Amino acid sequence: MDKNSSNSNVIEKPGKDEPALQIVNIHKSFKHNSILKGLNITLGRGENLVVLGKSGTGKSVTIKCIVGLIIPDEGNITVLGKNILRLKDKELNELRKKIGFLFQSAALYDSMTVRENLNFPLRTNKSLSEDEKEELVREALENVGLLDAIDKMPSELSGGMRKRVGLARTLILKPQIMLYDEPTNGLDPITSKEIGNLINDVKEKYHTSSIIITHDIACAKIIADRIIVLKDGVCLTEGTYEELENSDNLEVRAYFE
Amino acid sequence: MDLAKNKRPSPQEESEPLFPSLYNFFSAITALTLFTGRYFKSVLLPPFEFNELVRQSFLIGYKSFPLVGITGFIMGLVLTIQSRPTLAEFGAESWLPAMVAVSIIREIGPVITALICAGKVGSGIGAELASMRVTEQIDAMEVSGINPFKYIVVTRILACTLMLPILVVFSDVIALLGSFLAVNINGDVTFTLYFSQVIDSLAFSDVFPAFVKTFFFGFAIGLIGCFKGYYTDKGTEGVGLAANSAVVLSSLLIFIMDMIAVQITDLLY
Repeated sequence: MDKNSSNSNVIEKPGKDEPALQIVNIHKSFKHNSILKGLNITLGRGENLVVLGKSGTGKSVTIKCIVGLIIPDEGNITVLGKNILRLKDKELNELRKKIGFLFQSAALYDSMTVRENLNFPLRTNKSLSEDEKEELVREALENVGLLDAIDKMPSELSGGMRKRVGLARTLILKPQIMLYDEPTNGLDPITSKEIGNLINDVKEKYHTSSIIITHDIACAKIIADRIIVLKDGVCLTEGTYEELENSDNLEVRAYFE
Repeated sequence: MDLAKNKRPSPQEESEPLFPSLYNFFSAITALTLFTGRYFKSVLLPPFEFNELVRQSFLIGYKSFPLVGITGFIMGLVLTIQSRPTLAEFGAESWLPAMVAVSIIREIGPVITALICAGKVGSGIGAELASMRVTEQIDAMEVSGINPFKYIVVTRILACTLMLPILVVFSDVIALLGSFLAVNINGDVTFTLYFSQVIDSLAFSDVFPAFVKTFFFGFAIGLIGCFKGYYTDKGTEGVGLAANSAVVLSSLLIFIMDMIAVQITDLLY
């Protein structure tokens, strides 16, 4: 897709103030494999945006670009009013503290207990006393219903518990934006539903704006304010769950069957 | 763009080279040089991860004492038993403590201890970091605003650099004790006499260069282990590859550094 046509993919969220996040015309290639070809996404404040798409369409690459783990070849990414590609290291690290990222594998630190995992993002915060940090850890674990697991090692936790602890760890910094990379991947339908409800609770309690990458359409139904479908590195379509479920496009409808 | 300088060199983003092997070799050398430069820059700038440095020093140093001690003891014992017949043939059996001491302090102690640590510590670091990379733990640190290079890499390299000299000194002492035991299998030498002969036989030029080179050996083990683990990119297969290549490369580097150290010592003393 050329750049002109890709600009037509800009997704506006009317009725909102400044968007929490804006991706404009980003391109990313690995060797000769072009993954993102001018993708545009706008995330409104307080919105849950679900991203659907086949494997290899660039969903994970997109959210890794948002936090600066992958640098796009072209385009701009504005997060909370700041272009992340122009930030210095220190500024970027400060901005990252306002973005929560739940990894597909939860990415808990194997050598640390649950308490130490949650304490880890707080370690550079000199304004908090040890007691206050402990209080925050307990609060975050309580919010995901896992206070009992505070002294356990990650290897002692089930898949669902790991995801919850991973979520608690990202919430401890009280982020304004949450990025979920397949939060229900590998979980049973009941646990998936619980995680879906938890994502909604996080939105209510922390007033976060979220991008959720998932293949789990049942989960998408619970959490999505808006859904976009990616294909070949660009946005194929967007709309609410109901709009896409009744889409004329067979490719889009296939996700809902 | 500031983000760009934080990123690992990605061979995937390059076009096809004319001579792939040569290209890969020079790419690896360039990446290792940049990695080393980043280490020296990071080690001098705050924040300093002191608690993690102490923890790594405990894991790398203290936990290696038993293995290093046992190998050191056997090294001293075997060297003495093997050398005795040859020295006895020339009627120089009384030189045994001096010969063993010089061999162990100057060469065998530092090199064998470094190789043992390359196997134990280097492979451990390589596998641990590679596993952290594969399971996105390093990415998780980065997105939570913590500099993973400082926390993971700098502390491990520094701990290796500081702990290896201590392990070598420990190994040398245990090896000399093993040698003392071996001397007493076929003879009767007092502890005082044996160690006074050992000390008399050693000069500053034997001890100091041998001690200094152990810092470099430790640095090489930490650096290669971290480099291989930090930049692994082949999933779980990459974990094994990182551990394996960390041992092979750091062992090779130890021999090369030893050769250079011997040449420099020879020129200076």
